[in-house]
Amino acid sequence: MKIFLLIVFSGLTIFGAVTITQQDSLQESITRGQEIYTDFCINCHMANGEGVEKTYPPLAKSDYLQNNREASIRAIKYGQRGEITVNGKAYNGNMTPMGLDDKEVADVMNFINNSWGNSNTKIVTEEEVAAVKKQ
Amino acid sequence: MKQFTSILVFTLMCLYSCAQQQPSEISAETPTKINYVTEVVVPDLNIPWGMEFLPDGSMLVTEKTGTLIHFKDGKKNTIEGLPEVYVRGQGGLMDIKLHPDYENNGWIYFSYGSAEGDGDGGNTAIIRAKLNGSTLSDIEHLYKGVPNTKKGQHWGSRIEFDKEGYLYFSIGDRGNRDVNPQDITRDGGKIYRLNDDGSVPEDNPFVGNADAKSAIFSYGHRNPQGMVMHPKTGKIWVNEHGPKGGDEINIVKKGNNYGWPVISYGINYSGTKFTEITEKEGMEQPLFYWVPSIAPSGIAIVYSDNYPDWQGSVLVGSLKFQYLERLVVKDNKVTKREKLFEGLGRFRNIKQAPDGYLYAGVEGVGIVKIVPDSF
Repeated sequence: MKIFLLIVFSGLTIFGAVTITQQDSLQESITRGQEIYTDFCINCHMANGEGVEKTYPPLAKSDYLQNNREASIRAIKYGQRGEITVNGKAYNGNMTPMGLDDKEVADVMNFINNSWGNSNTKIVTEEEVAAVKKQ
Repeated sequence: MKQFTSILVFTLMCLYSCAQQQPSEISAETPTKINYVTEVVVPDLNIPWGMEFLPDGSMLVTEKTGTLIHFKDGKKNTIEGLPEVYVRGQGGLMDIKLHPDYENNGWIYFSYGSAEGDGDGGNTAIIRAKLNGSTLSDIEHLYKGVPNTKKGQHWGSRIEFDKEGYLYFSIGDRGNRDVNPQDITRDGGKIYRLNDDGSVPEDNPFVGNADAKSAIFSYGHRNPQGMVMHPKTGKIWVNEHGPKGGDEINIVKKGNNYGWPVISYGINYSGTKFTEITEKEGMEQPLFYWVPSIAPSGIAIVYSDNYPDWQGSVLVGSLKFQYLERLVVKDNKVTKREKLFEGLGRFRNIKQAPDGYLYAGVEGVGIVKIVPDSF
């Protein structure tokens, strides 16, 4: 019984530690991502992720971003062309690849996923970005 | 009482809106009728940053992603032999310009993002080369901005020649607003002037100043992405992006300081201010400023007989609002602005070609030719 408790206790401790580390690294990634956003994204998607009407889709409270995680990563990594629908409005724009490395793509995804009312605690990792291929 | 209420409302509005901006003096109108239409001549291009027209009627187009396209007899061929292009943020393969005496010497000038030299990242570089079949040859490296940086912004890039054969080009502030543009010992936020072989003209304004970059012609610029020699006056006109508001047209003059970021009609993207002033002694006022920003790229001055309605007009591409802007300028004052071809796409570039027609590079669309409407 004692051993059982010990196992449960250590399990919980490890679980807790892992969760905290993940949160920490999500927060750090968001911070790095904010800098990337200011450098590469803000001039079109604007300071509060509101975009520009009819031209650049919003990121703030964007259903597209929420529901298309992989496509969003792909768009940042390889560029986005052709029509997409964001919050009921069609955008037929053209975003070129920004030349960001996989870690930078992950960071900026974590930033936009957790800003301006968006919330997504499932961290985007460098490995996840690396696995996304061009279509 | 009514008056009091309006004053109160007005005062409150002023108090609550952050960083009030003075809008452009003239606002852009949508014309009721345009006597010209666009037709796509080179289809399916992503970001056609620069274009040139060869004597045989074919065309060279630079794609920002790093491809140089030769469009001949309705077909696109890729030209090989460019140096490695560093694609990052707003930079990549950028402008292209033929030497004024191209027919005799074959020189073609390019601007591109280059990672050469010390440090991570890249900066704007200028080369010239010759076209040899489907390959570039005789590449000469004329200028490379330093230091390299991983910042994505403000590479400038536009190349132009004046009537005396001097070569001008722009490098933007490279995302280092508070350091580069006002410092003539550093690259970035400058218009440069060189001889056609890359040497520095002896009468450049900062020659003799041991610490200064002697290639600099004017400074205090943010990100000039349009540059053209005025066909009548021979002066170099540029347009440059502001941040949120504060795009400008400037006529560049030797040694002048255009003020960025000490004076500006723009504010930060976040809405806060980075400067309180819009004018200062020793700093030039723009010929025109845009508030709100249109994100100007490319500039042409119409002097072809093919466009009687637009004679002498200044045309500027708007990336942000996806139209071509026509500005009527009288005695260096803008008197009228028009939105042309609204919604066609992000106008990256506009040029009047040797055949007397206007051509525009539109992102995601291609190269379009502007022709009189036959109806």
